[in-house]
Amino acid sequence: MTPPANSVSLPNDIDKELTTIADRYTHRRSAILPMLHLVQSYQGWVSPEGIEACARVLGISPAEVSGVSTFYTMYRRRPCGKHLIGVCTTSLCGMLGGDAVLQDLREYLSVDENGDSPDGMFTVEHIECQAACSQAPVVTIDWEFFQYMTPWRMHEVVADLRDGKEVKPDRGSTVRGFREVEKVLAGMELTEPTQPAVDDAMLAGLMVAKGKAKS
Amino acid sequence: MAAKRSSQKLRPIITEHWDDPNLFTLAGYQKVGGYKALKAALKKTPDQVIELVKASGLRGRGGAGFPTGMKWGFVPKKGDKPRYLVVNADESEPGACKDVPLMLADPHLLVEGVIITSYAIEAKEAFIYIRGEVPEAVRRVSWAVKEAREAGLIGRNVAGSDYSLEVTVHAGAGAYICGEETALLDSLEGFRGQPRLKPPFPAVAGLYAAPTVINNVETIANVPFIVTNGAEWFRGYGTEKSPGFKLWAVSGHVERPGIYEAPFGITMRELLDYAGGVRYGRDVKFWIPGGSSVPMLTAEHLDIPLTYEDLAAAGTMLGTGTPMVFDTTTSVVKAVTRWLEFYKHESCGKCTPCREGTYWVVDILQRFEQGDGKKTELKLLDDLSNQIEGRSFCALGDAAATPFPAAMKYFADEFDLATKTPVDKTFDPAATMLKSPVAV
Ligand SMILES: Cc1cc2nc3c(=O)[nH]c(=O)nc-3n(C[C@H](O)[C@H](O)[C@H](O)COP(=O)(O)O)c2cc1C
Ligand code: SF4
Repeated sequence: MTPPANSVSLPNDIDKELTTIADRYTHRRSAILPMLHLVQSYQGWVSPEGIEACARVLGISPAEVSGVSTFYTMYRRRPCGKHLIGVCTTSLCGMLGGDAVLQDLREYLSVDENGDSPDGMFTVEHIECQAACSQAPVVTIDWEFFQYMTPWRMHEVVADLRDGKEVKPDRGSTVRGFREVEKVLAGMELTEPTQPAVDDAMLAGLMVAKGKAKS
Repeated sequence: MAAKRSSQKLRPIITEHWDDPNLFTLAGYQKVGGYKALKAALKKTPDQVIELVKASGLRGRGGAGFPTGMKWGFVPKKGDKPRYLVVNADESEPGACKDVPLMLADPHLLVEGVIITSYAIEAKEAFIYIRGEVPEAVRRVSWAVKEAREAGLIGRNVAGSDYSLEVTVHAGAGAYICGEETALLDSLEGFRGQPRLKPPFPAVAGLYAAPTVINNVETIANVPFIVTNGAEWFRGYGTEKSPGFKLWAVSGHVERPGIYEAPFGITMRELLDYAGGVRYGRDVKFWIPGGSSVPMLTAEHLDIPLTYEDLAAAGTMLGTGTPMVFDTTTSVVKAVTRWLEFYKHESCGKCTPCREGTYWVVDILQRFEQGDGKKTELKLLDDLSNQIEGRSFCALGDAAATPFPAAMKYFADEFDLATKTPVDKTFDPAATMLKSPVAV
């Protein structure tokens, strides 16, 4: 398989970095998921080159690595846009507005059959339950969390990202890009959280118990 | 029965300090008494900690409700194999939304629970397997582990004791099935996450074929409270068979969706009342007590105490204890179709009934959604569900066989109607939404 034109190569010392991940585990093969996340942090997808690098470092066959990689939905078989937008359409989110958000967003960004916008900024896809049903409908951008999404709010967020403005998710830090977040999942970037990541839904019962519920 | 207006049934225990802006830091956690339970636990023998948790009657919060102390007691302590604790933080069950919030709000509570549990089962290594789609939880828990290590609470000689422990945070990569405990182990070992044959059970041959305890995030979060306050205190909440309290995460068509912490035995009617009722004063059509994998109930069942035993008697299960509420604008046919699409997507493909069965069920249900179902196919759907249930390799198959028969029990006429009329004609999708699709 030849890599698509928009794929970048891995750095020359990728084996070294992959080895530091493998060294974290007594049983080195356990490192395979974080290693694949690291590959995505460079390439935005799991390329044949990335699969070979993981196989080399772990001393297993590329077919084994590929077998693992294709099992998990977060590993992409094609390069991802700068930002990955996932719209949850599992029952509750879908019916509470996720279906409408997804349909609208696809048209708004004129995405192709792969979900890519023509400018390469966005890849749009539907995702399954994000374990945040009290905040339905849920959208993730580079796996950062957005709640109670509507089509019109989605337009604003997308416009801000296009303009290079800082976009804050509803809990957590900042939307930075698909590849950047993959570094976190690889365990290669440890940052100190500076703000609480607590929202109204998480505090709903506590506020009622304290007699402070909003009506 | 009149709904209670006071908040006397709510008991914020795990959530007590979630509005404290510093709780997520080590200093903030210690300020509200954090890591005192660890020090108390280290003064006991590991077996005493296990006995304490057994006496408390704590049951697993991951869905199956297995007694936690008993599970810990199964781990053989003799022999030269290492022992492991693996925390199941893969929360992906449709409806479940409590473990991720807990990790975001109070990561040190999880870490403290992990250290105490590892000490009890005499594990030298613990893994926290967090679903990959929540980097913010990975960030916060990883940072909490780092802070705890720097404070001497993880690593060599935990809090100055003879006990040593390493904790690794591990991110998954998107697969609901990896929440099934044996699939999780395969995934953590670096393979495709497919379930293993049981027995042997993980307590005997789990991670790397060594004795392993796997517990849910919320289960582990209860442990420090039990150590601090004792088994009797814990049993003072809930019922004999369902002791303690629960993070009831309420979602769907309610005014204030979110987490309501209360002892077992609270009713859905009471939870609904705290959540501000069904939005726009509408009525409940159906609700599901604990994730899409357990059978739905209707407005008739709002007064059933939310306990393992009472929900089982009503023909459903407590599951993850995270009720989803749907009002009268909802198409049950559509809801069921979507859940089945979820199970089809998440089927790991290992066994035929689940892999092929979910494919065919979805194929048929989608036609019903379009108003194109055939009456004879209702029988076929029932047969298919029966053949998936009990014949699948793991509980995902059984879960996939749950929504359709449960919906038919109460809403057969709606499936009948879907042999003639597309569901979107019967139920306006715009009315079901949280906000109207047209900007106002
Ligand atoms: C398909 C499937 C998905 C599951 N997902 C989760 C999950 O995300 N989190 C969890 O704690 N348990 C999940 N479970 C239950 C686990 O297999 C296991 O019972 C649980 O982690 C044990 O912990 P506990 O005793 O503390 O509840 C799942 C089970 C199945 C069959
Ligand atoms: S029941 Fe489904 S998820 Fe479970 S082993 Fe079989 S195919 Fe895999």
